[in-house]
Amino acid sequence: MAQAAAVAKPPAPPRRRRASATPRRLPYLLIAPAALLMLGFIAYPVLSVFYYSLQDYNPTKPWRNGFAGFGNFTRIFTDDPLFRDTLVFSAKWVFVEVGLQLLFGLALALIVNQTFVGRALGRALVFSPWAVSGVLTSAIWVLLYNSQTGITRYLADMGVGEYGVSWLSDTSTVFPAAIVADLWRGVPFFAILILADLQSVSKDLYEAAEVDGASRFKQFWHITLPHLKDAIILSTLLRAVWEFNNVDLLYTLTGGGPAGTTTTLPLYIANTSVDAHDFGYASALTTVAFVILLFCSMVYLRLSKFGGEK
Amino acid sequence: MITKEATKAAPAPAPAVPEPPRPAKRRRAWDEAPRWQIYLPLGVYLVFTLIPFYWILLFALRPAGSTSLVPWPMTTAHFEKVWTDRGFGTFFQNSVLVGVATLFMTTLVALAGGYALARFDFRVKRGFMLALLCSQFVPGALLLVPLFEIFAELRMINSLGSVIIAETVFQLPLSMILLSNFIKNVPYSLEEAAWVDGCNRFRAFRVVVLPLLRPGLIAVGSFAFVHSWNHFLFALMFLNNQEKQTVPVGLNTLMSADSVDLGALAAGGIIAAVPVVIVFAFIQKWLITGFSAGAVKG
Repeated sequence: MAQAAAVAKPPAPPRRRRASATPRRLPYLLIAPAALLMLGFIAYPVLSVFYYSLQDYNPTKPWRNGFAGFGNFTRIFTDDPLFRDTLVFSAKWVFVEVGLQLLFGLALALIVNQTFVGRALGRALVFSPWAVSGVLTSAIWVLLYNSQTGITRYLADMGVGEYGVSWLSDTSTVFPAAIVADLWRGVPFFAILILADLQSVSKDLYEAAEVDGASRFKQFWHITLPHLKDAIILSTLLRAVWEFNNVDLLYTLTGGGPAGTTTTLPLYIANTSVDAHDFGYASALTTVAFVILLFCSMVYLRLSKFGGEK
Repeated sequence: MITKEATKAAPAPAPAVPEPPRPAKRRRAWDEAPRWQIYLPLGVYLVFTLIPFYWILLFALRPAGSTSLVPWPMTTAHFEKVWTDRGFGTFFQNSVLVGVATLFMTTLVALAGGYALARFDFRVKRGFMLALLCSQFVPGALLLVPLFEIFAELRMINSLGSVIIAETVFQLPLSMILLSNFIKNVPYSLEEAAWVDGCNRFRAFRVVVLPLLRPGLIAVGSFAFVHSWNHFLFALMFLNNQEKQTVPVGLNTLMSADSVDLGALAAGGIIAAVPVVIVFAFIQKWLITGFSAGAVKG
């Protein structure tokens, strides 16, 4: 708070006409609060995670604490089937979620970008789950999926399926059930971003294409899609990172179950550190997750030629 | 799909929507898909979007044990129970405090930093930008343990301050990038003109730039509020005291009970949604412009 106050201090020296000559220290003063906060609460924790990853560190077993070298990492890659399982599930989760969110989001954005009666209301309703939290999404879908008074009961009333079915506690249905719940709030994110970018497509291009007799599909393929390319690459990347890291929804909806089938890597890490108190090993897992994430992002940006030819 | 067919399928194109800001400006052929191609998929998607909302309303309003598909007879019993017995009144206050404090801290700090990034060239600028981008890859969830230790050191465990700081820090990078893009869109010459008229740099910023930043500030501020309102991991970890918990943690507690009280859960969910709905209704029209000006464009 005290740091924020520093901002309000009028930094310019009294000789005013020359105010345009940058006081040399001003930019540093301005970024100082942000930089300090990020150093203290992001950079330092990250470094301490790297440090702990080389340690045996478990507050409940202090007698075993000490330098571990690469022991934690060896254990991850040679002796931890859970690491592999949860990583594979994370990849599957991110891939399916981001792919479907992009597909539906793009379609929705194209639809609500048209001119039609009721557009403002349509947009507001379609985008509304965007602001709903992971926990609230879980609460809503717990109500929908519950075996006694959930949607399955009313489907069974109509003769579809059976009574007492709980999609969240059956290993064969939990994945699609969770995917649909997360789609519900994830699709509007893409729709909003893509719609924003659609507004900046030059109308002249479409008019020219129109004159040349291009079909609507061709216009979409040759004008709209290339224009959206960078926005799509960036938003899919951000979303993928976010979907990978986010634990709110699965933590509250399935708790990683049933039988660990919906445990993502971050969820596994959280369990390792919070429940098992194995901070050293959790830190090593975090480091590995971080490296994987960074590597995949780099590869993705390179392969997709982000910011490339217009 | 082809335009000629399109016009055939919809011989009388619907009149352009009377949208307040720019009325009937665009009526292009490319714009006019057959009506059913709009309303059919939109309708299907709306059903998917709205049923869950209806479901939670239904459960919150109908009496316990009812299986009726309309919330009638209506009851407020669930709300009363959740608000007083389950502590949502207190949680709500805490959440508002955290949300508002995060909003102001994030906006102030990001505004200062964003201004520096937009207007100055300085030695560590590139490195700082890189750090901002990299921080996007750092999962807050995975820093829980070191963060917990830091706050324990600062004696801030069980104080809302820890959650406010943590939420602010993770909001900062993106907010700063957004705001610096907004500031870049305000011509520097406007500020310079104000200096010539005798304003110092701070006054010029306040009088000339700040009013033009409204969409950006609204976008960043409301994101900060909504995010901290919604986020629950930090609160779950750093606040052990029931009195200090926030709404999402309360919801999680309701959900993880052995036999979930569905009515209470639904009522709690509605309470959690109300502020977000209000913010959302308020920023609707700013949202699209905010994004297009700041987020995606360089």
